[in-house]
Amino acid sequence: MQNDNILIDVQDVWKSFDEHEVLKGITMRVHKGSSDVIVGRSGIGKSVLLKSIVGLLRPERGSIRVMDREVIGLKTRDLNKLRKHIGYVFQYAALYDSLTVRENLEFPLRKHTDADEEEITDRVFEQLRLVGLEDAVDRMPSELSGGMKKRIGLARAIIKRPSIVLYDEPTAGLDPITAREISELILNLEEQFGITSITVTHDLECARIIANRIYILDDGVFQHQGSYDELKSSVDPYTRAFFQVAV
Amino acid sequence: MSRRERPQISYFHYTRQRLRGSMEEVYKITVFGLRFFRYVFLPPYELGQVRKHLDDLGAKSLPLLTVVGVIMGLILALQSRPTLDRFGAGAFLPAMIALTIVRELGPVITALIVAGRVSSGIGAEVGSMKVTEQIDALEVSAVDPYNFLVVTRVLACIIILPLLTAYVDFLAIFGGFLAEWLSFNSSFQLYFTEVIQSLTFYDLLPGIGKTLAFGYIIGVIGAYQGFNTSRGTEGVGRAATTAVVLASLNIIFLDMVIIQLTFLLFGSGN
Repeated sequence: MQNDNILIDVQDVWKSFDEHEVLKGITMRVHKGSSDVIVGRSGIGKSVLLKSIVGLLRPERGSIRVMDREVIGLKTRDLNKLRKHIGYVFQYAALYDSLTVRENLEFPLRKHTDADEEEITDRVFEQLRLVGLEDAVDRMPSELSGGMKKRIGLARAIIKRPSIVLYDEPTAGLDPITAREISELILNLEEQFGITSITVTHDLECARIIANRIYILDDGVFQHQGSYDELKSSVDPYTRAFFQVAV
Repeated sequence: MSRRERPQISYFHYTRQRLRGSMEEVYKITVFGLRFFRYVFLPPYELGQVRKHLDDLGAKSLPLLTVVGVIMGLILALQSRPTLDRFGAGAFLPAMIALTIVRELGPVITALIVAGRVSSGIGAEVGSMKVTEQIDALEVSAVDPYNFLVVTRVLACIIILPLLTAYVDFLAIFGGFLAEWLSFNSSFQLYFTEVIQSLTFYDLLPGIGKTLAFGYIIGVIGAYQGFNTSRGTEGVGRAATTAVVLASLNIIFLDMVIIQLTFLLFGSGN
């Protein structure tokens, strides 16, 4: 039976690279408006799961339903239609380095909307105001700091007002203060626009700020899940160790 | 198995592996390149990107090609004049320069120079986009990276190379005149009358026509190397270098094939 409240439904997903099995039967359900966070050690397969959800990688087994559409095996044209409802924030922002900040933000609007020049400009400046970077509008990505790139990447991901946003390590490589600012910005934007999200991170402070539910990924499966407080007070040795080391 | 046999066996396996790897690579490049002919007719048509690449790939090659074109003509005239004079054929120099440039040197030298500048540039640019996840970002934005990055660049190369070749041909022939004028104070009118009289449609057509194929090779090989870049910045450097080497080799090989085909279709021109 389909639950209308579930936007992302991942069932028994397996993914390997050559002989190395990365995901070994992942299952998770993300409800509308929820902010779910996946934590785990580096290289454990968190980003692989995120890329599988958006169709960048194709798992060997299992099912991934996004907004009631099966992603695995979906034709490119249909996948692209679905992707118009999804924003993706890359680990290193992945801004188009031959385009200015303005052009980076305009890009999704020009490709997928009929907005005129005035609307596009208004929307670009609205996004820049939201992330506090109006002054950077005509700068090139190479002229931005790591934190600024993350903010612009975030602005670009939500400029089309997607229903779902996937964040890949949104605070990686940032100092603790900037990381906290980015986490709070994500929380504010999600609340403001009613975004459903999955965030992959190993930054537990980020998870504490934005997560409704946290999944701990290890050895290809979710070992534990719960709220931040539940997991922090868990008696499970791995979860305790993970939280103690990270905090 | 004795110790002596081991290196021979491993060498055999090594060669077989390399050969197999090379064949697989040729197959992949061919499939990658053939996709162009399907995608180029499918919307969306990224004409803005094609215009941008025409400027980036073509107009910015002009200074280098200007210098090369003039010097190529100068050298050809200076080297050929003594030999032609020895056989009493000095009067044929303008015709010889025109035919050599238009039929062979102009297209091939232009293609090799553009391959060095453009194919490596495409390999490095697309490769850099690959390792920094910009290609993934395009895909997630519901934009087909092949159409947006490859078709536009290959199309720009196909359009620009014949134009650049015509430009280099003219400059090289002019360079030949420059050498003649500096050495013998030759007449501009006489020189170019002889050039024009010596050239026929069947000299120009294959010469310019084959540059369409060279442009395709330059674009496809550069984009393929960029698209398949791995291992970070080291991979980007390798993609750029491999793109130049493969594009140059393919241009020379294809030129040989086209010459044979041209002789079959139009005769040797004697």
